[in-house]
Amino acid sequence: MIMLEKRPQPSRVWSMATPLVAVLATMFFGGLLFMVLGKNPVEAIKTIFYEPLFGEFAFYYRPQLLVKGAPLVLIAIGLSLGFKAGIWNIGAEGQYIVGALVGAGVGLAFYPLEAWYVFPLMVIGGAFGGWAWAMIPALLKVRFGTNEILVSLMLVYVAEQFLASMSLGLMKNPDGFGFPGSRNLNDYASANSWISQDTGMHWGVVAAFIAVIFSYILLNRHMLGFHIRLTGEAPRAAKFAGVNPKRLVVFVLGMSGALAGLAGLFEVAGPSGQISLNFNVGYGFTAIIVAFLGRLHPVGILLAGGLMALTYIGGEIAQSNLGLPASAIQVFQGMLLFFLLAVDILTNYRLRLSAGKVA
Amino acid sequence: MKLTKLLTSAALALGMATGAMADTTKVGFVYVGPVGDGGWTYEHDKGRLAVEAEFGDAVETTYVENVAEGPDAERVMTQMALSGAKLIFTTSFGFMDPTINVAKKFPNVKFEHATGYKTADNVSVYSARFYEGRAIQGTIAGRMTKSNVIGYIGSFPIPEVIRGINSAYIHAKKVNPDVTFKIVWVYTWFDPAKETDAAKALIEQGADVILQHTDSTSVLTAAAEAGNVIGFGQASDMAEYADGPRVSSIIDNWAPYYIERTRAVIDGTWETVNTWDGIGRGMVGIGEITDKVPADVKAEALALKASIASGEYHPFTGPINKQDGSVWLKDGETADDGTLAGMGFYVEGIEGDIPS
Repeated sequence: MIMLEKRPQPSRVWSMATPLVAVLATMFFGGLLFMVLGKNPVEAIKTIFYEPLFGEFAFYYRPQLLVKGAPLVLIAIGLSLGFKAGIWNIGAEGQYIVGALVGAGVGLAFYPLEAWYVFPLMVIGGAFGGWAWAMIPALLKVRFGTNEILVSLMLVYVAEQFLASMSLGLMKNPDGFGFPGSRNLNDYASANSWISQDTGMHWGVVAAFIAVIFSYILLNRHMLGFHIRLTGEAPRAAKFAGVNPKRLVVFVLGMSGALAGLAGLFEVAGPSGQISLNFNVGYGFTAIIVAFLGRLHPVGILLAGGLMALTYIGGEIAQSNLGLPASAIQVFQGMLLFFLLAVDILTNYRLRLSAGKVA
Repeated sequence: MKLTKLLTSAALALGMATGAMADTTKVGFVYVGPVGDGGWTYEHDKGRLAVEAEFGDAVETTYVENVAEGPDAERVMTQMALSGAKLIFTTSFGFMDPTINVAKKFPNVKFEHATGYKTADNVSVYSARFYEGRAIQGTIAGRMTKSNVIGYIGSFPIPEVIRGINSAYIHAKKVNPDVTFKIVWVYTWFDPAKETDAAKALIEQGADVILQHTDSTSVLTAAAEAGNVIGFGQASDMAEYADGPRVSSIIDNWAPYYIERTRAVIDGTWETVNTWDGIGRGMVGIGEITDKVPADVKAEALALKASIASGEYHPFTGPINKQDGSVWLKDGETADDGTLAGMGFYVEGIEGDIPS
């Protein structure tokens, strides 16, 4: 009989190995799934993981990994700060939308003025928008003790309505023949986040790398980072250490909101180009998976963001080359989180073979 | 632009390689929803299968479903062009800018964008005059309603949808002056849960006929549950509800167009066109009108269909006023395509505002 026995201390080895095991298990069971669907499993897995990186058209897909991965990493870094402290911001998708709206709004207000300061102001606007949206659950939690999970999640749907209203009203392209959607910021040089479209580099990619570095320093070298970790791991000890829990809530929610808002701004000023009804594609939710897959560690998140981007892009190739249905790819991505959580048990527990005697 | 050059030469090399190997023409389809939605995307996929059936081994079709409108769409199209597609159909309004962007990078690949308005040397646009079908739907709805309240589930307040509402309203009002429309916007093309909620809300407000401009069959399911409520198949026939609430349908029939355009690419005669066909050319079909509809109403609807098909009658024929009471079309005047394409106003009598 197999028994689970709690480890006296979480296993360091398993903590590092979990993501790898989860990825391998996903490949294996994903392959089985594809086989049941009548596809060659080896070819499917190869298409998803190998094709975007080293395939014939990798010169096109590698930059796309940056485009797809940057917002995920940027948002996940922000979320990880809160998750570490046990503060659950589930509404990054909403903060992403509002950040994009405010940032794009700033840019569109200047149109067609070409000046160096337009883009920096948009960046500030984007960060502010996301921050302000996250302040709603933060202040409600601090002031009235509401649950930040519910409030932040519900605000996503409010933000979506806001987005629809903006695409159809205030920000609608006056030259767009009455169709919804704003002007395309890619046609407005001063409001553009692209550095080089050929290499997939835009300021959001730069920001994602900077966020990784800052978050690493914050968590490992800074008192505030220590407080964040302490609050999550030992709330009572944190209290004795003089951590002000309310201030911490405001800080981490504000920070994750600002980063999500930035991600939205860089997206709308770059890859997406315009505010439209379907501007948000779920980065804010996928980033939750990325944060956990990366073990809430900045470098881990960077790697996890890359991996997630890979499954997206490889998944699209598999769809069109092998005729895999979109839902099979989504199941595949879901498996990743499932196996991660399942294998995670081994970090805190060990398997024990017992003779089947019950004491 | 280094990448552009690289992309073009890669596509060119590939085109030559595949051309040398076999005479298969690759045709790609980009779908906004799942092929199993039973409505919009389902009909486009039927068109794709018709292309395969028509040309057999001479074509190879691929598709990607559930593509989000935005940067993801651009990547999917690029990927198709890179892997050698010669013709790519992008089947949702929101794919417009991505289609134009990708088309710039692949001048040798032909693109066909559904329901948009931007064309280029290698980008055609096509759409169907769904409002012609709405006129027939409105006639049946106006005759059938007992509560005189007709519910309408709108997807997005874009010209195509507004046109449909206006057309249905004008023709319902024509046969039943007491009719009122209740309009709910759900801001999605396909979301069974939201569509069900909207249908239930409309039924609670007294609607006994529900018209929908969304793609799932969930509205008909909700109507069936409520009983005594009728609806119409949207985009697809939805004939499985014919014993229940579905009394007729508007069917998008893309197959002839897809076959014609694929043939043009194979023959090398493809040119940029702006196609907007209706009942007359068979792009819009009217699904069988069931026995729930009295024979005289059915005959009236079919007569209207015939007169629209022959071009004898235009669904937007004056006198028609705008919602604010100002004159839009004078007596006997018909709407021009430009105004219809960008329609952003309700006609007189419809209550409520277009959300903005």
